[in-house]
Amino acid sequence: MKKELNAKTTSREKSEFIWGWLLILPTIIGLLILNIIPIFQTIYQSFFKTCDFGKGNIFVGFDNYSKMFQDQAVWQALWNTIRYAIVEVPISIILALILAVFLNRKMRGKTIYRTIFFLPMVAAPAAIAMVWRWLYNSEFGLINHIIGHKINWISNPDSAIYSIAVIGIWSIVGYNMVLFLAGLQEVPRDYYEAASIDGASGMHQFFNITVPLISPTIFFVAVTRVIGAFQVFDLIYMVMDKTNPALQKTQSLVYLFYRYSFTEANKGYGSAIIVLLLFVILFITIIQLIAQKKWVHYN
Amino acid sequence: MEIKRNAAKVVIHVILILFSITMLVPFVWMILTAFKSVTEATSVDPFIILPKVWRKEAFISVSNNMNFLLLYKNTLLLIAGRVLAAIITATMAGYAFGRLNFKGKNFAFSLVLFQMMIPGQIFIIPQYLMVSKLGMLNTTFALVFPGFVTAFGTFLLRQFYMGLPKDLEDAARLDGCNIGQTFLFVMAPLTKSGMVALGIFTAVFAYKDLMWPMIVNPDNNKATLASALAKMQGQYVSKFPELMAASLIACVPMIVIYLFFQKQFIEGIATSGGKL
Repeated sequence: MKKELNAKTTSREKSEFIWGWLLILPTIIGLLILNIIPIFQTIYQSFFKTCDFGKGNIFVGFDNYSKMFQDQAVWQALWNTIRYAIVEVPISIILALILAVFLNRKMRGKTIYRTIFFLPMVAAPAAIAMVWRWLYNSEFGLINHIIGHKINWISNPDSAIYSIAVIGIWSIVGYNMVLFLAGLQEVPRDYYEAASIDGASGMHQFFNITVPLISPTIFFVAVTRVIGAFQVFDLIYMVMDKTNPALQKTQSLVYLFYRYSFTEANKGYGSAIIVLLLFVILFITIIQLIAQKKWVHYN
Repeated sequence: MEIKRNAAKVVIHVILILFSITMLVPFVWMILTAFKSVTEATSVDPFIILPKVWRKEAFISVSNNMNFLLLYKNTLLLIAGRVLAAIITATMAGYAFGRLNFKGKNFAFSLVLFQMMIPGQIFIIPQYLMVSKLGMLNTTFALVFPGFVTAFGTFLLRQFYMGLPKDLEDAARLDGCNIGQTFLFVMAPLTKSGMVALGIFTAVFAYKDLMWPMIVNPDNNKATLASALAKMQGQYVSKFPELMAASLIACVPMIVIYLFFQKQFIEGIATSGGKL
């Protein structure tokens, strides 16, 4: 890099090298053992049929994959996951954006609103799922009492996944909102003042100033939320009983992964399912990265 | 003009209040149900909103069945272990990645970025087999295990270090500090807000973790609040007051801490989430 390598800079370089590696060593060793090697182990495992917790691994080549591609339940789980994401992600983002714009001003009660909207983030998903199950209860649930109909929110195979998505939206909207509020803070006030003087309406300002200026934040939230939504597990595991008639139409890929790997102890097949999820998520993220050029404005 | 603006303000407040109610109803209903009897909770005609008498039966019944003190302890150990490990390893690595130049840095950092892009479930089976081979199932070690290092935290703290001015480091060097001393006594203390953000973020997600504790600590005495709730659901099928009482006991500590430190929580999680 530098042409004049005197003794001082080389000793500096040497000590940066030693300290640098010393400081990153715990993290790098941890990442290798806990994450990097396990990726290859999982892929490796997906070529085996596993019986009884690792004993009796039989190499089966692509059998798990060909079985998976013919497995109606896997395709249905992928479709369930997509349906969940299609509802949860856009609605939670749009609601969060509107709330963030409302709160992005000096106003009374701002802190209180923010605290309330964010509250589900600090509650255990298991507890959230239980209370929503109770709210959704077709016989005695609060929701059916209010609307005066006995609707099977979580046992109707056609709509149960959307009822679960509502819980997902309720859980995440405050988190998205806080991220948007942080993004809005960066938008200079004078943009709005100039627009007001030009007579632009609130709606106009929202679509022509707010959305383009925080589009990097929107993009970031969209990418991370899609990845999160494709990994949905807790809500489905907690809300759907094994006897629920809508289970087939709501179980997600991660739910299937969990069931095969840890309830049925077929870790080979479970691994194949999670490798599929990895590729689905990579594919969608790449599409989002390509599509962002059309609508995300970085300055 | 003034009237119009005021009207808009009122409309916004009405919307925000309605939304707040939607956000709070599940929590309120959890509390109210927990204090009812089963008959009250499932009364259709007349429909009862408030319990007639605030009963403690549901709480007593679930406390007899589940050792909540133990669950609090296990969850606290999980949180403490992961938070400590994350802050220590990520502070060290974050400084090296953010402020030092050395051979192999870019390759090492690409491992960090790579880990962050991969869905976490792909690590679970091998991690489980490792814990199992070590004979450490049903221990605190098992709970903390996947959180010994954190790619996300490393990335987060690197961002914090990159934002610090260069002259501090130079001044420390002129005063004769070596890199380790500069890091420990000059730079690391300046990233306290980053450490707090990472700590809160790690704590909240450790508390919410469900799948991992269910897998590695199936033993009732080693469960966490989250995994114990999942298990009890099957036993108390339609005893709604009991289910809500247990949920309440599991949620209250975190919510109370949150209400006291809501600013730190929200900012910590927002900066963590937004720094990616």
